Amino acid sequence: MGRILYAYLYAASICLIVLSTTAQASSINTSSGFNMPPGVTEISREVYSLHMTILWICVAIAVVVFGVMFYSLIVYRKSKGAKPAHFHENTTVEIIWTAVPLVILVLMAVPATATLKKMYDTSDAELDVLVTGYQWRWRYEYLEEDVSFFSNLATPREQIYEAEEKGDFYLVEVDEPMVVPTGVKVRLLLTANDVIHSWWVPDLAVKKDAIPGFINETWFKVDEPGIYRGQCAELCGRDHAFMPIEVKAVSPDEYQLWLASRREAAEAEVAGADREWSLDELMERGAGTYNTYCAACHQPQGQGLPPMFPALAGVGMSVDPDGLRAHKEIVLYGKTGTAMPAFGSTLSAAELAAVITYERNAWGNDTGDLIQPSAIRAMLESQ
Amino acid sequence: MASETSQATLHSSVSDVAAGGAAHASHGPTGLLRWLVTTNHKEIGSLYLIFSLVMLFIGGSMALVIRAELFQPGMQYVQPEFFNQMTTMHGLIMVFGAIMPAFVGLANWMIPMQIGAPDMALPRLNNFSFWLLPVAFGILLSTLFMEGGGPNFGWTFYAPLSTTFAPPSTSFFIMSIHLAGISSILGAINIIATILNLRTPGMRLMDMSLFVWTWLITAFLLIAVMPVLAGVVTMMLMDINFGTSFFDAAGGGDPVLFQHLFWFFGHPEVYIMILPAFGIVSLIVPTFARKRLFGYASMVYATASIALLSFVVWAHHMFTVGLPLTAELFFMYSTMLIAVPTGVKVFNWIATLFRGSITFEVPMLFALGFIVMFTIGGLSGVMLAIVPADFQYHDTYFVVAHFHYVLVPGALFAIMAAVYFWLPKWTGHYASETLGKWHFWLSVIGVNLTFFPMHFSGLAGMPRRIPDYALQFADFNMISSIGGFLFGFSQLIFVWVVIKAVRGGRKAPAKAWEGAEGLEWTVPSPAPLHTFDTPPAYDPQTDSPSRH
Repeated sequence: MGRILYAYLYAASICLIVLSTTAQASSINTSSGFNMPPGVTEISREVYSLHMTILWICVAIAVVVFGVMFYSLIVYRKSKGAKPAHFHENTTVEIIWTAVPLVILVLMAVPATATLKKMYDTSDAELDVLVTGYQWRWRYEYLEEDVSFFSNLATPREQIYEAEEKGDFYLVEVDEPMVVPTGVKVRLLLTANDVIHSWWVPDLAVKKDAIPGFINETWFKVDEPGIYRGQCAELCGRDHAFMPIEVKAVSPDEYQLWLASRREAAEAEVAGADREWSLDELMERGAGTYNTYCAACHQPQGQGLPPMFPALAGVGMSVDPDGLRAHKEIVLYGKTGTAMPAFGSTLSAAELAAVITYERNAWGNDTGDLIQPSAIRAMLESQ
Repeated sequence: MASETSQATLHSSVSDVAAGGAAHASHGPTGLLRWLVTTNHKEIGSLYLIFSLVMLFIGGSMALVIRAELFQPGMQYVQPEFFNQMTTMHGLIMVFGAIMPAFVGLANWMIPMQIGAPDMALPRLNNFSFWLLPVAFGILLSTLFMEGGGPNFGWTFYAPLSTTFAPPSTSFFIMSIHLAGISSILGAINIIATILNLRTPGMRLMDMSLFVWTWLITAFLLIAVMPVLAGVVTMMLMDINFGTSFFDAAGGGDPVLFQHLFWFFGHPEVYIMILPAFGIVSLIVPTFARKRLFGYASMVYATASIALLSFVVWAHHMFTVGLPLTAELFFMYSTMLIAVPTGVKVFNWIATLFRGSITFEVPMLFALGFIVMFTIGGLSGVMLAIVPADFQYHDTYFVVAHFHYVLVPGALFAIMAAVYFWLPKWTGHYASETLGKWHFWLSVIGVNLTFFPMHFSGLAGMPRRIPDYALQFADFNMISSIGGFLFGFSQLIFVWVVIKAVRGGRKAPAKAWEGAEGLEWTVPSPAPLHTFDTPPAYDPQTDSPSRH
C-alpha cells in the first residue's frame, strides 16, 4: 500500500515537472507558450500570481482526491479478494468535506476581491483613449489630444491563404498600433459601432467588452517600453480572428513626438482635399483603402458574399450612371440595419473619394466617374 | 394513508390505459407508422436515444471540420463564414440535439421501470415531445443550405450579431429553438407527473433511485428556464422582423439584456446536462463497488443545492461585459459556492469506492472516467469563478477546455456508461466487453488529447471561435486536432457495440450485474414491452437505497 502511494506521488510529480519544463514555443507575449503571461503591469502580475495560486490549490485538491480514488481502485479490487464494507453515512466526515472546501474558497476569494477592486479603480487616469470596435478593426481616439485613427490587421492576405510564408507576428500585427506613454495611467473607454467586440491584451491583463450603446471603462499602466499584442475576444462575425490589437508603450518624450507626427499626418490628409486628383492617383489610393476597409465583406474582386454583403463588381449602384449619389451616400452615411458602417466621419475626404472612384472603375465597372475629394468634403460639410 | 389510496387509484387507471394501449398496439400500425404513433415509453426512449446518436455524429462531424481547419495556422479547407456556422451548429446540435435528448431517452426507458410504473404518465404527450425534435433539427440543419448560410453567431447567439447582423435564415433557427424548447418543456412535465404520481405504493421520494431524483430536479429546472429561452428568441424574432429594438442600442435597446436573459436560461441549462449524469454515476459506482452509496440523502440535497444555486450565478458568463463591482463580487462568491455541493458529490462517490469490492466492467470504466475528468472540469470551473483571473480566461480556449471536460467526459461519458449499464436490460444481451474496453480507452485517450492542450492554448492567449490563429498556438492545436479525430472515429466502435448487442451476444439474466439494485433488475432481460402493469410490491425497509 505504501508502495502504491509512493508510485502515485512519483507519477504525479513527473507529470508536473514535464508540464513546467515543456519546450518554449515562440511567443507573442510574456507567456511561456502554455501558461498565462505574467504581463507587464502591476495588475497583470497580481492576476498572474492569483492564477498560479488557485492553479496550485486545484492541483493539490486533485492530487488528494485522485490519490484516494486510485488507492481505492487499486487496493479494493474484487480480483484481489476485497470484501465490501458496509458503512455508509458519517456526519463528521460529511461536515468536514463540506467545511474544508468552504474554507479553501474563502481563502481564494480574499485576494481575488482585493485585486478586482484595484482593477475597477479607474480614478486619476492621466490619459483617456476611446476604443471603438468595428467589424473588423479597432479605432482609437485620444480624447483631449485630437488624434484618432483606425488600427487594421497588417498581415497580408497571401499569408493567410498559404501563398506566402507566414511572418513571426502572423495575425497579431496591425498597420497603426495604439501608442501609450510608459508610467502613465491610461483609461480606456470602450464601445462598439456594430456588434459586441472585446478588447484583450493578455500582457496588460485587460479584457473588456466593447458594446454598442454602452461605454465601458478599464485602465492599465505600463512601466516597460515594448509592444504588447492581443486580439478581439468576442465573436463578432466573419473576420473575428482578423482584428488584432497592438499596444506600443514608449517613453513620454517619444509619445509626444508620435502625437505630433499623427497630427501632422492628419493635417496633410485634410489638405489633400484642396487639390485636384488624377484618376490614376485616386485609383491607386482607392485600391489601398478598399483592401483595408471594404474587401473583408465585399471581397477583393468586388464579388461580395450575398445576401449579407452585396457584390460591387458589375452590378448595382456602382455601375449605374445614376447611382453615383446613392453610392456616395451609402459609403459616407452607412446603411442602418446592416453591417455597412458610416465611413464619412472616420475616413478622410481623400480616402472616401478614392475608394468610391475605385469601386466605380475597378473590376471592369469602368463607369469613368472621377470623384474629387473636394466634392466629398463639400458633401460632408453640407450635412 | 389517503395519499397511498390516491396513488393506488391512479395506478389502476393508468394500467387500464396501458392495457388498452397494448391491445390497441397489437392491432395497430406496423412498420414505420408504428414508431410514428407509439406511446410506449420504451419505444419512445429508444427513439430518443437513436435520434441523439444520429445528432452526436452530425454535431461531431462538424467538430471535425473545425479541428481540420485548426490543424495548422492559415485558412485551408473552409471560409471563415462557414467555420462560424460549424462552431455554432456544433454547439447547438450537441447541446439541444445530442446530450439533452439522450438523457430524456434514458429517462423514458428507466424512470417508469425504476419507480414501478407501467409507462409515463402522459404517453401521447410523450410521443409528441419526441416527434417535435426531428422537425426542429430538420429545420435547423436546413438553414445550412439557405442563402447566406445557417446561424453563424455562436451557440450563445449574442445580439446584435444574431439580430441586425445575422443571416436571413435566423428566423428558421428561432423556430427550431422554439420547437426543441416545447419538446423539452413537455418532456419535463411528463417526467414530473410520472415521478410524483406513478411510484409504486410504498416508495417514498427518499426511496427513489438517484437517477430518478436527479431527473426530477432537472425537470423542474427545464420548466423554469426553457420559457426564458423561448422569450429571448421571440424578442430576437421581433427585432429581426417586426421593427422592435429590444437588443438594438440604436433604437434604445440593450444588447447586454440579451446576455442576462440568455444566461439566466443558459446556466441552469448546463446543469440540466449534468445532473442526470450525476444520477447515473451514483447508480453505477455502488453497483460495481458492491457497496451502498455512501450518502444517499446528502447526494439528494447536494443535487437540489446545485439546482437552486444555478439560478443565482448566471452573470459569471458575463464578467467582462462591464458589470458593477458589487455584481461581479456577488456572482464570483455565488459561483464559488457551487464547488461545495459538487465536491460533496465527488467525495461521496470516492467514499463509496473506498473499501468496496471493485470490478471494472465497461459501465464502471466510463463512470470512473467521468469522476476523474468531470473533477478536472470542475476544478477549472473554480478557477474561472475568480473574476480577475477570469478576465484572462474568458472567451479563450481555456473556457473551451473547461466546458468540454464537463460535457464530453462528463455528460457524454455518463450517457455511454448508462447505455453499457442498461443495454443488457434493453436488449437481453451484454455488450461486448472487449469492444467496450477499446471504445473506452480510445475515447479516454482521444478526449484528453483533444481537450487537455486547450487549457494551454487558452492560457497562452488563444481566443475561442477563430478559424485561424497566431503561430505560437500551432503545436497545441495540432495535438487537439489529432485527438479530435481519434475521439470522433472511436465512437464508431460504440455504434458497432450497440448493433452487436441488439443482434445477439451473451444472454443477460434479469439482474444483469451482481451488485445491481433497483426495480428495473426485477423484470426479465430484455424487458418486455409492458412492465409493471400492476405495481410491484415495495418495502422501503429492504428495497430503498436510503435504508438503514
